[in-house]
Amino acid sequence: MSDRQFHDAMNPDNILQVRDLAVEFHTETGRTAALQGVSFDVPRGQVTAIIGESGSGKSVTASAIMRLIQPPGRVTAGSVDFAPSGSAPYDVLALTDNDARIEQLRGDHISMVFQEPMTALAPVYSVGNQVAEAILCHREVSKQAAWDEAADMLQRVGIDELQRRMKQYPFEFSGGMRQRVVIAMALVCQPDLLICDEPTTALDVTIQAEILTLIRQLKDELNNSVLFITHDIGVVAQLADHVVVMHHGRVLEAGTVRQVLKQPLHPYTKGLMAAIPGLAPKGQRLATVASVVGATDITTAHPLTRLADGRQISLSPSQLRALGHE
Amino acid sequence: MKIYVAKRLLGAIPTLIFISMIVFVVIQLPPGDIVTSTLDRMQSQGVEMSSEAIQNLRAQYNLDQPLPLQYLSWITNFVTGDMGYSYLFNRPVNELVGERIGYTLLITLSALLFTWAVAIPAGVYSAVRQYSLGDYALTTVMLVGLATPSFLLALIVMYFGYEWFGISIGGLFSPEYRDAPWSLARLGDFLSHLWIPMVVVGLGGTASPMRILRANLLDELNKPYVITARAKGAKPLKLLVKYPLRIAINPFISTIGVLLPTLISGEAIVSIVLNLPTTGPALVQALINQDMYLAGSFLMLLSILTIVGMLISDLLLAWADPRIRYE
Repeated sequence: MSDRQFHDAMNPDNILQVRDLAVEFHTETGRTAALQGVSFDVPRGQVTAIIGESGSGKSVTASAIMRLIQPPGRVTAGSVDFAPSGSAPYDVLALTDNDARIEQLRGDHISMVFQEPMTALAPVYSVGNQVAEAILCHREVSKQAAWDEAADMLQRVGIDELQRRMKQYPFEFSGGMRQRVVIAMALVCQPDLLICDEPTTALDVTIQAEILTLIRQLKDELNNSVLFITHDIGVVAQLADHVVVMHHGRVLEAGTVRQVLKQPLHPYTKGLMAAIPGLAPKGQRLATVASVVGATDITTAHPLTRLADGRQISLSPSQLRALGHE
Repeated sequence: MKIYVAKRLLGAIPTLIFISMIVFVVIQLPPGDIVTSTLDRMQSQGVEMSSEAIQNLRAQYNLDQPLPLQYLSWITNFVTGDMGYSYLFNRPVNELVGERIGYTLLITLSALLFTWAVAIPAGVYSAVRQYSLGDYALTTVMLVGLATPSFLLALIVMYFGYEWFGISIGGLFSPEYRDAPWSLARLGDFLSHLWIPMVVVGLGGTASPMRILRANLLDELNKPYVITARAKGAKPLKLLVKYPLRIAINPFISTIGVLLPTLISGEAIVSIVLNLPTTGPALVQALINQDMYLAGSFLMLLSILTIVGMLISDLLLAWADPRIRYE
């Protein structure tokens, strides 16, 4: 984990810098590389989205940032430099397994909203208990104080009748309400970075919109940074400032939303954009990624190159020359 | 919750009535009755009885009445607290049961606690360190414990207790305390004897709860809610105990009721081997001699205990898991 060869110094505008992150899973049939040299930045106070297909490594990246990779998974290389407000930046992956900073990192500095609100909450504890626990894990306060603070946060995420609802159990909440609880649990310690791992995938469309609005609104109120993982380009356009496009455990293109969604340069990103139903002309067969990418080999690793406009892209030297970049 | 408890209590009544009928029929099943077995014994001693005396004996024991009437008089007396008279011991059944059932409960419950004290840590360790050397070692020891009949274990313990320490293991008291009144010294002597039946009865029962807990915990360890709690920053031990273990223990609670009858029947055999003053040996004696009131009372009481055990485990489960409580 500490075998980082070279990585640039931490940019003060970034809260998180992931460099050359590699994760492997050991299976019966051998090793599977889930991430192969993933690098990207999460700028402070903004929303960065990671998009990619299933299996592209989005969620594994999030888990690695929070040190949540469990065997048979293993981080084999790379660094995750994290700069929490009010303390010096450090490499998350360089912490030893029993370093107390890992527990501080989880929940207090970085917290996570999961995909499945139906299973992300423990069935045998009341909702209030589970939100208050997030506070009790990190601060020496009385149970009553934690409970009151949890109530404040639950109110902010839109839970009514707090006295009654907080004593209820997760199975008495609807999916959308549970996701609000999970968000409250993630934000109650006011983390510097909130990671949302497909938080709306399991919800129906109207609830999705509400949850997205809520995340954006709370981000503005609490002034934290957000890393938003999704496969929904519509969500990215609505919510994000920056985009990281992942495929097969690699970053193919990264830049601002305007750059990547409006003028995609990488063949794969172009394919993704062409495959959005709303943007294709009516009456035509919808393009697939493969039909746009064509014969271009997108599985071969090329180093990420920073272009003049700040975006990063993984292309072969000849492709770069074709773009007019040396 | 109150409705749930009331429902369960009411539901136990027909079960008990049904059990009492079966118990009564079962103790009547072997040919003959207490009078014939008494006659056999007397004949073997060369004493002859007139048929009139036999008739009187039958009438005295209510044996001349039809079975349903015998059942009714037995169960009515039982419910009012009179368990009848033991012809074998020539004493009221209430006295016999009173002095024995306490020891049975004590040995059974301490064996249950011993089982858990061993099975829970072992199960947790085996799940958290799955496929480790310790996991295999614990599983092997537990399975050997499961495969060893408890009476054999009792004999082995007795042998080594005598060979190595020169102490007599049998009974629950040393000879000098057997008939002494209760005192601190007698209590100490009792406790030093108690651990042997506790371990012998309990050991065979540890393998199955340990494997159940291991399997349950393995199912829970990587559930999303555990990852949520880990992402919250919960410390590893608290994380394990509060989340997966708490939920994995639920099916465990529901086995209390099933475990009780197993332990009680295991206790009977061990008690005979170790010569313990519990219900087990008396029950066997009563069944052999067709002492129907004694046998019926023991069987009824043990059935009631089992049903109470089931009830307790159901209530504990409802207390532990809100999803059951709210149904």
